Amino acid sequence: MDRVNFKKSDGSTGFEFKAMILSRSFWLPIFSAFLAILIWEIIALYSNMGEHVFPGPVAVLSAFDELFSNGALIKHSVASLYRVTVGFYLAALLGIPLGIILGLNRTLSEMVDPIVQFLRPISPLAWIPLAMLWLGIGDKPAIFLIFLSSFFSLIMATTVAVKSINPIYFQVAANFNFSRLELLTKVIVPAITPDVITALRLTVAVAWLVVVAAEMIAVQSGLGYLILDSRNALRMDFVMVGMIVIGWIGLSLDLIMQKFSRLKWTAYS
Amino acid sequence: MSFIQINNLTKKHTNRRGSKRSPADVAAPGEMITVLDDINLEFEEGEMVCILGPSGCGKSTLLRIIAGFDTDYDGEIVIEGEKVESASSEHIFVFQQNGLLPWMSVWDNVELGLRNVEDVEKKNEQIQEYIDLVELNGFEYNLPAELSGGMQRRAELARALAVKPDILYLDEPFTGLDYFTHLKIREEVVNIHEYIGKTMIMVTHFIEDALVMADRIVILSEMPTSVKMTRTLDFPRPRNINTNKEMGDLRDEIFLMLGVSYVA
Repeated sequence: MDRVNFKKSDGSTGFEFKAMILSRSFWLPIFSAFLAILIWEIIALYSNMGEHVFPGPVAVLSAFDELFSNGALIKHSVASLYRVTVGFYLAALLGIPLGIILGLNRTLSEMVDPIVQFLRPISPLAWIPLAMLWLGIGDKPAIFLIFLSSFFSLIMATTVAVKSINPIYFQVAANFNFSRLELLTKVIVPAITPDVITALRLTVAVAWLVVVAAEMIAVQSGLGYLILDSRNALRMDFVMVGMIVIGWIGLSLDLIMQKFSRLKWTAYS
Repeated sequence: MSFIQINNLTKKHTNRRGSKRSPADVAAPGEMITVLDDINLEFEEGEMVCILGPSGCGKSTLLRIIAGFDTDYDGEIVIEGEKVESASSEHIFVFQQNGLLPWMSVWDNVELGLRNVEDVEKKNEQIQEYIDLVELNGFEYNLPAELSGGMQRRAELARALAVKPDILYLDEPFTGLDYFTHLKIREEVVNIHEYIGKTMIMVTHFIEDALVMADRIVILSEMPTSVKMTRTLDFPRPRNINTNKEMGDLRDEIFLMLGVSYVA
């Protein structure tokens, strides 16, 4: 028996292809993107900076084709995504449980909170020298920087989310003799899920910002490295391809997180 | 010995407000405020008790203490000869608002009190029985937020009753409902009380509700709260405050006692 049904009452899933194709909100962004590319081409043509310094969209498109067909683009994208995924998962895996513990234990949170608050505003990039010294060159320091970029924010967001759970729900749990495990799975986790997903969505964006910077220093692959390497080779068209792909992937990550926030466990909020 | 005994209950807490609450509020920020001042009450088994008092007098605090949610007080609460030290699943609390877990459907909420029943078929039958009792069939799989305020209150009643509790605590169960729903739910609670005969303790600031529903009323004073009056009501049911002169007089008396001299 299917007890959970989040479809709308008319049976649709809320996604109508035909309506989308006809809608203003579908066509307007496409139109403005074309306009932006057109303006870019015009400026590139009349700026007197030359193709090597300020490539236009046509040059960038052919550079894209070159990087795509020799496999470099895929390779670098995968390398960047791998680092973000590992670093981000580590941060979530450690940060969220730690945040829950801090949210439940006042003494502990009074002790640890100031430390978290102090470390959080330090840019992960400031950790680069230490990260390289401690972890050498390669994936490790980059992943460590991604981890730092999300870890403290996730702890803080989770702690706040736990602390703001309506005390009535804890009283209900006490009234119905919930075990500790039930308190966690039936009250705490569902109560904080919407807030935690919002925090994940914000931190994944930061993690993506940081990976590019980290790759410019510590490693020999990734989109950040592609940009740095292309600058050294004076290939501004490759630099722009790198930037565009970074934008695309960032956008996709955000869309994935948005999808997450509409899953059924957040339907109540 | 009575079913529920409240002996010398005194509750104090530190005034956390930044400034004085009112000219009558004698405690400065940081000082101790006496919320409940030496309360002694006895309730019998099967009784419907309504606790009345001006708002902010500590009615809900008293109910929470009896229910075992708050154990920071002097004195003792004894139920069936045992001192109350924590909340119990045999004494169910119906909250003023938001008592349903919002991430669970009506069905799952009602299941909370029955989740240890081994026989799944029997369990499902019982859940359905209580959902039907409060006329929420058809809304089993809706989330609380998808229901109206009155339906949420009924769902919470179903959840409470499904446990077959010895005692039901009701904390202003009509707050936030429109007048019509208020009367409907009141009727339902009275019917449930007649039908199941469980001990119920209800906190309210609606004097007429107390008069219509209660076997006994307890009237509390303003803070520091003490018991101003208790009275056993033996008006025949169903009660109508407009046709029963005695009830009308009692209502006016209580209004006067609480400082309202003119009642329309």
